[in-house]
Formats: sequence, C-alpha cells, structure tokens
Amino acid sequence: MTDATAPPPSAPGPFHVRGALKEAGLAAFVMLGLSLALIGARIDDVSGGLAVRWRPFDVLAAVVVAFLGRLGLAFLRAGRPAPVALASGLSCAALAPLLAVSATGGGAADWARTALPFSGFAVNVLVLVVVVVLALRAGLAWRFGARAGARARAGAPGAETMDRLASVARRAAVHAVPVLLLAAVLFPFLPFADRRILDIAILVVTYVMLGWGLNIVVGLAGLLDLGYVAFYAVGAYAYALLATEMGLGFWLCLPFAGVMAALAGVLLGFPVLRLRGDYLAIVTLGFGEMIRIVLLNWYEVTNGPDGISGIPKPTFFGLPFVRSPPEGTESFHTFFGLAYAPIDRIVFLYYVILAMALITNQFTLRIRKLPVGRAWEALREDETASRSLGINPRNTKLTAFGIGAMFAGFAGSFFATRQGFISPESFVFIESAVILAIVVLGGMGSQVGVVLAAVLLIGLPEIFRDLQEFRMLAFGATMVLIMTWRPRGLLAHREPTIRLSGKGAVRR
Amino acid sequence: MTTAPDTTEPARPFSPPQRPLLDVEHLTMRFGGLVAVDDVSFAAAPGDITAIIGPNGAGKTTVFNCLTGFYRPSVGRLALRGNGREYLLERMECHDIARAGMARTFQSIRLFPRMSAFENLVVAQHNKLMRASGYTVFGLLGTRSYAEAEAGAVELARYWLEKIGLVDRADDDAGNLAYGQQRRLEIARAMCTEPLLLCLDEPAAGLNPRESAELEELLLFVRERHDVGILLIEHDMSVVMKISDRIVVLDHGRKIADGTPAAVRGAPAVIRAYLGEADGADTDTHTRADTRRDAGMGA
Repeated sequence: MTDATAPPPSAPGPFHVRGALKEAGLAAFVMLGLSLALIGARIDDVSGGLAVRWRPFDVLAAVVVAFLGRLGLAFLRAGRPAPVALASGLSCAALAPLLAVSATGGGAADWARTALPFSGFAVNVLVLVVVVVLALRAGLAWRFGARAGARARAGAPGAETMDRLASVARRAAVHAVPVLLLAAVLFPFLPFADRRILDIAILVVTYVMLGWGLNIVVGLAGLLDLGYVAFYAVGAYAYALLATEMGLGFWLCLPFAGVMAALAGVLLGFPVLRLRGDYLAIVTLGFGEMIRIVLLNWYEVTNGPDGISGIPKPTFFGLPFVRSPPEGTESFHTFFGLAYAPIDRIVFLYYVILAMALITNQFTLRIRKLPVGRAWEALREDETASRSLGINPRNTKLTAFGIGAMFAGFAGSFFATRQGFISPESFVFIESAVILAIVVLGGMGSQVGVVLAAVLLIGLPEIFRDLQEFRMLAFGATMVLIMTWRPRGLLAHREPTIRLSGKGAVRR
Repeated sequence: MTTAPDTTEPARPFSPPQRPLLDVEHLTMRFGGLVAVDDVSFAAAPGDITAIIGPNGAGKTTVFNCLTGFYRPSVGRLALRGNGREYLLERMECHDIARAGMARTFQSIRLFPRMSAFENLVVAQHNKLMRASGYTVFGLLGTRSYAEAEAGAVELARYWLEKIGLVDRADDDAGNLAYGQQRRLEIARAMCTEPLLLCLDEPAAGLNPRESAELEELLLFVRERHDVGILLIEHDMSVVMKISDRIVVLDHGRKIADGTPAAVRGAPAVIRAYLGEADGADTDTHTRADTRRDAGMGA
C-alpha cells in the first residue's frame, strides 16, 4: 500500500497513517460530544412523567461511523481508494440485507434490528446512503485513478460538478422551463400524487411564491428584510377577518388582502429608508415581531392566541367543494356530474397556489425589465450613484417593499383559506428565516434557484418527517451543503435585463 | 468677510457671453467647526469647460457635493439655468438636482458593477423611461408608447457606447471592465441623463497617458457636439491646462484665483498655494523646480 507506482498526475501525496488516524480520532471525538446529548439520552413520555432512556450503543455506533468515515475520506484524499472501496463495499453488502430484513416482521427482523448500528430505521437508511456514496466515489477513483483522485484532492469535489450543473441548467433553461411547467401542471394526476404528497407540493409552491415575492425585496432591491412573514400574516388575517366577520368570499378578498399587505409594507418601509445592510435587517426583524405581538394581544379583533377558525374554503367560480351542498345550490361535483372525492379540493388548492405563484413569477420577470426594476438593481448596486442619476431612492425602495409585501399578502390569504384556521403561531420569525434562506440559497435574484431551494428546504424535511427529531438536522444539513458547494446560491447567475448583441438583443 | 483679496484677478477678466449656466454665490460649507468651503463664488458658462483645481483638501469635492445635493450648503446660493428655467440647487434633493440637469461622476468610480455596461447606460435614463412607462403601469401592459421610448433609450445608449468604444463589451458586467473603460463608461452614463452641466470629479485619476489623451478627446467631443457645460476637478495639470476654458483655484476652502489657464498659471497666489512659499510650510526635500514640474505649472 505504500508503494506509489501511479503516473505523476495521480501520484498520491505523502500519506501519514498517524495523521489520518489522528484526524479520524478528532472527528470521532466531535461526534461523541454531539451525539451524547442528541442521541445518547432519549426522553420518553411514560405514565407518571418523563423518563430518560439511555442509548449507549447508538452513541458508540455514531462514533465508530464518524471515525471510519473520516478515515475513509483521508484515504481517498491521499489517492488510496482501494481499501476504502473494499471496506465500504463490504459494509454496504452487510447493511443492505440487514435493513431489508429488519423491515419485515418476525424473529429475523428483531435479530437484524439489534445487529444494525442505530435503533432508528431512517437513521440506518441514511448511514447506508452515506456508505454507498463513499463506496461509489472510492470505486470510481480506483477505477479511473487520476482524474477522480485529483478532484478528490481539490478539497470541494462537488463544486465544479455543481458549477457544470448550473451552467447546464442555464443552457437547458429554455427547454427545461416548459417541461418543468408541464410537470407542475400535471403533477396532481401523476400516479404517486396522493393526498400527503399533494399537501407537501402545496406547501412547497406556497414557499416558492413567498420566495419569489421576497426575491423582489432582497434579490432585486438588495434590501435585507428579516420580517417578511409579517406581510404574510397581514394577508392571512385580512382575509380571515373579512371572511368570518363580513362573509366575503376568497376571490373577493384576495386583492384586498394584497392591498392591505402592500400598505403595511409601505408603512413599515418608511422608517427604515435610511438604513442599510445589518441595521435594516435588525429593524425589519423587529417590525416582523411587532406585527406578530399585535396579533397576539389585540384580542378584540384578532382573537389573540386562540386564532381565527372556521375560515371559508375557496370556491370554484362559486361552486364549493362539499359532499352535500345546501338545498337549492350546487357543489363542484354535482355541477359537473362527478362522484364526490375529497381530493378534488386539494387538487383545486394546488392549482390556485400554482397559478398565483406563476403570476408572481411573470410579474417579477416583467417588472425587472422596466425602469423601476432596473432602478431597484441600481439601488442595490450603489445608492449614491443612483441618486446622482435622478433615481428617487425613497419611492423606489417603497415600491419594492410594497410589491414584495403584496405577494406575501396574496400567499397569506391562500394560507388562511387552505388551513381554515390561523393563529399568530404560524407567523413566527423562523418562517421569515426560512423564506430568506430559500432566496439566498437559491441564488439572489434567480427565479429558478428559488424553486430548487424551496424543493430542497421545504420538500426534503417534509419527506423526511419519519426522521422525527432529526428532521431539522436534515434542514440544517441541506443548508450547510448548499453553502459549501454553492456559496453564492444554487443558480447565482444574473442575466442582463437588456442586451445589445447576442441572444435576445434589442432590435435595431 | 472672509474672501481673500483677489489680487490675482487676471488682466483679461472673464466675461460670460450670456447668462451663466451655473452661478455659485457665497458658497460656504461648515462641518461643525471646520470650514471646508469658505465664501466661494464663481460661474460656469454653457459650452465651456470650467476646471476647479487646488491642493489636496482645498474643498474641491465639497463644492461638487454641495452642487449635486449630497451636502446641503451652510450658506450660499447655487443656481442652475437651462430649458428656460432656473433651479435653486441649495434647496433641492439630490435626485431632483439630477433631474434638473446636473450629472456627475465620482472620484472613486461608482458604476453598477454587477449590471452590464449597456444596462448602466439605460438605468441612467430612468426618469425619461419612468414617465414613458406611465410609472410602470403602461410598461407592465406593454404599450406601444413605452416600447418606442425604450427603443429611443437604447439608441442613446448605443450612441454613447460607440463614442467610448465599448460596443463589443456592452453586455459584460461593468465591474469586469478595465479601469480606463470604467472611467469612460461613467462619463457616458452621466451623459445619458442628457444633462445641462456635467460635473467630473478627477476623471483622469489613475489613467495612463494614452487613456488620458482619449479622455481629453472625449471631453472636447462632448463640449463640441453636445450643448452641455463641463465642470471638472482634476489634479493632472496637463489635462487641465490643455482643455479648460476657465480655471477656478481653491486653497483651504477659499477661492484664490479665477480666470483663463494662462492667467491662472502665472498668478502669484496660485504658485504660492502649490509651492507653499509664503507660509514656509514647504519643508520637504523637493526643489522648487521639481514641485513646479509635478504640479504641471512649469510648462
């Protein structure tokens, strides 16, 4: 193993087993610190209070996995994939059948469960996935030597892959967008789209819409807004109150909710006009909390922490989605002569939010090419220079705040009508942070990037709900991975709003 | 009264052929106890290149910042005349001054680095396009009138890109252009606002001799072909002496000379300010001849 016979480009660097062992030991130690509290002690709700259940074997397994994984990476980096490929291949071969058996019933499953490293099924699956990835990489490096080895040594092997992916995505965007659109439109009719998947899809598209709305404020105008969820709340409460107090329908209230949110945006925008960067972020964060606290305490109007329930569902041109419509009226299925299916309403909701999101996107794409959109970007780039060109920073920033907030208001009223119940608890700071994370990770100002980031950040944690307490770890891990591989966001590429030559050039 | 006795008034006093484009009267700017600009008055005629020179810290950029609305002057009247109107700049907001017809560039280049060169020039026509787009409404609807206005803006941008020789770099990010190209682009961007008065803050700073020559050519072209006055702060005396019609010299916030290049070059107060003869502060090892040459006065 110590004889380096490979040609120069793939020549493994000097490899110190002791160094690698030390590194692996350190990783194991860090894992020990992390896992002791997170994994080692599980608090169960038993009759008569809470009981701590210790899981020493899970901790041990985590430490061993971390040690071996780190050691494997060290071998890979030193250009010695063979032992890693063998070891990880063998582990795969051992883990996969065990997992399969443990999923069945009977005595064999019990035995398999004790043999597996972790007690949670999903965690074991994750370990298997990691091992498979490691085996594949090691195998590739072993097979193809030079290139893979050099890439592995470059530190961030994913970076250039992702760069290539991004440029491919950019070039393919022309063809990909209609395909994606078609996929989104046909989504409810795909065979695997059951109620749960559709619910997740609705959630993801809601966040896509919020991301697109916030993209106007943060991505285009460069105003770091940490209180965006406040406008979402204003829209939701505007619809909920109008519907429950005055009995107005969803479609009538929708524009009004948008206007209310836009007004709130302009109102909150005024005091922060002179602030930039971090200061702006802190003040908008404060405003976001203020709105939530007002909703919490203004009991007479908002019903405080009890929230508003019984918010009416949207109708299809006046046709409600109910099994038995009141005497003399028709519902969706009776009008079209269909059998009643509860999923119809979900599909309808999906199309409503999809249409709203697409309108947001179209609006943003269009306004970006208008003077006001270019002025937003100019303000983001250099406020002083913008002023010297006669751009009024106050009006321009307020339009950005207002229009961004308007879309949050639309999304908010959709949220209210979908849930049927809202309370201030739905509009906490973490929501703002998630929306901002979607915009930043997607690549500031990139519309397609927002979609990707929303699918990754909202879709994955929902799909990994089985991971229970590790669900938020999946969220965090996704964030860390994106930031390592694509520090400027998934698709950070700005296309000029107008071109003099080349594709899409202005006609003479 | 704090005005220095104007003993350096040139033999051939400057007489504007018509009402000046810009009138600066008794401009004073104080920052707390510090008087950065002290009772400065001068005028700029339309179609002239007026240079403001002076040693470092003389208050040149402060005058510019007062003129363009970045500072509100402590005392003084600033009047810009054009399009049959008179604008009192000391009362106006920065962006309104720009709308009135004042364009400027900055000592440190301030382009929009992540927008293309072409976009930089289109953004500069913001107000014209904003009106044409019916404050976004017509633009969203995509009306014909807006499309025509945008085509006009594109033509103007193309014209200036040709003038500064950047047509083939038009769609590249402005931040990726070479330094000299960025300087020229900034001037073109200012010209795209279709100003009455173009204020240039050290446009030749950091340029090599060839780029300096191109800049001179560009400024002379602007003066010849466009009905615009130019106000220029510059340290490169070779540029100033060659292209200026009139020079205002500031020192320690006061005006010490005002006249044609020839007159200013010979004025004792100017030589004193640059060489530090009278107050004996010139303690460095430069000989006078060196300093004269450095200041570009010896030519």
